[in-house]
Amino acid sequence: MDLVYFFDNLDEILALSLEHLRISLTALMIALPVALVVSVIGVWFRPARQPLLWTVGALYTIPSLAMLAFLIPSQGLGLRPTLILLVMYAQIFLVRNIVTGLTGVDPAVLEAARGVGMTPFQVLGRVWLPIALPVILAGVRIALVTIIGLAILGGWVTAGGLGELLFSGINTNHPAKVLAGLIAIVSLALLTDLTIRLIESLTSVARARRAGNRR
Amino acid sequence: MATNQRSGTSGSSISIHALTKRYPGSSAAAVNAVNLDIAPGELIVLLGPSGCGKTTLLKMINRIYEPTSGSIVIDGVEVQSLKASELRRHIGYVIQQTGLFPHMRVAENVAVVPKLLKWDRDRTRERVSQLLEVTGLPPEIYANRYPSQLSGGEQQRVGLARALAAEPPTMLMDEPFGALDAITRTRLQDELKRIHKQFSQTILFVTHDIEEAVRLADRIVVMREGRIVQVGSPLEIVRGPADQFVSDLVGSQDVLRRLSLMPARTAMEPLHGTPPDLAQSISGEVFLREALSMLMESGDPFIAVTGSDGTAIGTLSMTSIQRAAAPPDTPDR
Repeated sequence: MDLVYFFDNLDEILALSLEHLRISLTALMIALPVALVVSVIGVWFRPARQPLLWTVGALYTIPSLAMLAFLIPSQGLGLRPTLILLVMYAQIFLVRNIVTGLTGVDPAVLEAARGVGMTPFQVLGRVWLPIALPVILAGVRIALVTIIGLAILGGWVTAGGLGELLFSGINTNHPAKVLAGLIAIVSLALLTDLTIRLIESLTSVARARRAGNRR
Repeated sequence: MATNQRSGTSGSSISIHALTKRYPGSSAAAVNAVNLDIAPGELIVLLGPSGCGKTTLLKMINRIYEPTSGSIVIDGVEVQSLKASELRRHIGYVIQQTGLFPHMRVAENVAVVPKLLKWDRDRTRERVSQLLEVTGLPPEIYANRYPSQLSGGEQQRVGLARALAAEPPTMLMDEPFGALDAITRTRLQDELKRIHKQFSQTILFVTHDIEEAVRLADRIVVMREGRIVQVGSPLEIVRGPADQFVSDLVGSQDVLRRLSLMPARTAMEPLHGTPPDLAQSISGEVFLREALSMLMESGDPFIAVTGSDGTAIGTLSMTSIQRAAAPPDTPDR
């Protein structure tokens, strides 16, 4: 096994990495609004909260390869079944953290926000979401890293991305190709994780917390 | 202080009529057909045990809670006719847990209402530093701090500054100093009195602490089980409790309690002619309990009572204190 393949095919690997990232971000962009709706229902309608959390948790326990195989007869091959799979598996991280973030805001702070004359929309936009944001972003980070890992399965159903490289390496007994795919996927996941951590550290709550530690 | 230019702020008149609040699933009304008229600039303390309805009554005024029936009219305007958020921008609101926005700096917290009212930047900034001065938080030290960097007392000062920001003619305060230590609480009570004197807003202040009520109130409203039991000045309530409940609540039967609630001026012999040359003197605002201990420690038969300008306005003896400490009038019902 060596890195010659990796360096000889840098352009192709980069192209596949970008495609992989695009698939992953597309899945996140679909998963996020779905999770927001589910979470807001869970936050506003208390009796629904636990059942919703159980449901998204149960979805995650289904083995991903089996789920994808199950989706093929109805959804065909390609991007469609892959995106459905990724959106499903991201829910647990997104919903859990959005619900935790929103319900974790001190009720006295929300009452004060109403008390000073904010409209419900202003309460949400200026106080509720900003305070919950670090927890929500942590959920987004874990969800996206998980999506990036799971999106490898897309290579199995011709959806593209780094999975193609890995599976063709396995099928043609070409370890250097598999290694190249592995390096690319790990780098992608690490970069994503770091980027979102950086965004987390820029939120107003993180700034306030750092100031508080200097007290 | 740079605040004198704004001392023209005056309070609203508030008229509460047949106000009732029932919470779903509860048979008894939390607030039961309450009537109350509040004059502009009055500092009203709502006093009562927990569950008496005082907080519910307070929070219906800015519509945090909506009444089941009845009406609240502020300066001739029915509060239900306004948009809740519009109404609240003109009513200062201070709560015990402060409810400061943890992700905003002190200056941003105080600027919240001016921002909602779309004041321009310069006016807002000027007002914020003015208010931080008024509430004893020098802006150069505090403006850029976060709430988590402040002590409990400092946080409540920010809460007060935030509530005062848009010069509201009405202030609602729900046990604002309840979580503070005794020294900080007394200091903030004094600051509130000073601020009230300066701006003469109408203030409704909820507490279950009789000492606090007596220190602050123009009138005390005693509540029990959703109803108003008695309304009167602190002295009227302590010396003439309407019934056993009020008497127990304010400790009317306890001689020392009574003495600790009555200012020295209420028991003194007013001065006629030239002031006598007395070794000890005490301010007319100091409570009789302290006057009594001064009398006993000094061994003198008289001590002088001084007015706000420091000159003697009367004298106090054991006899005058004893007379003032006589048991309260029997309720005439």
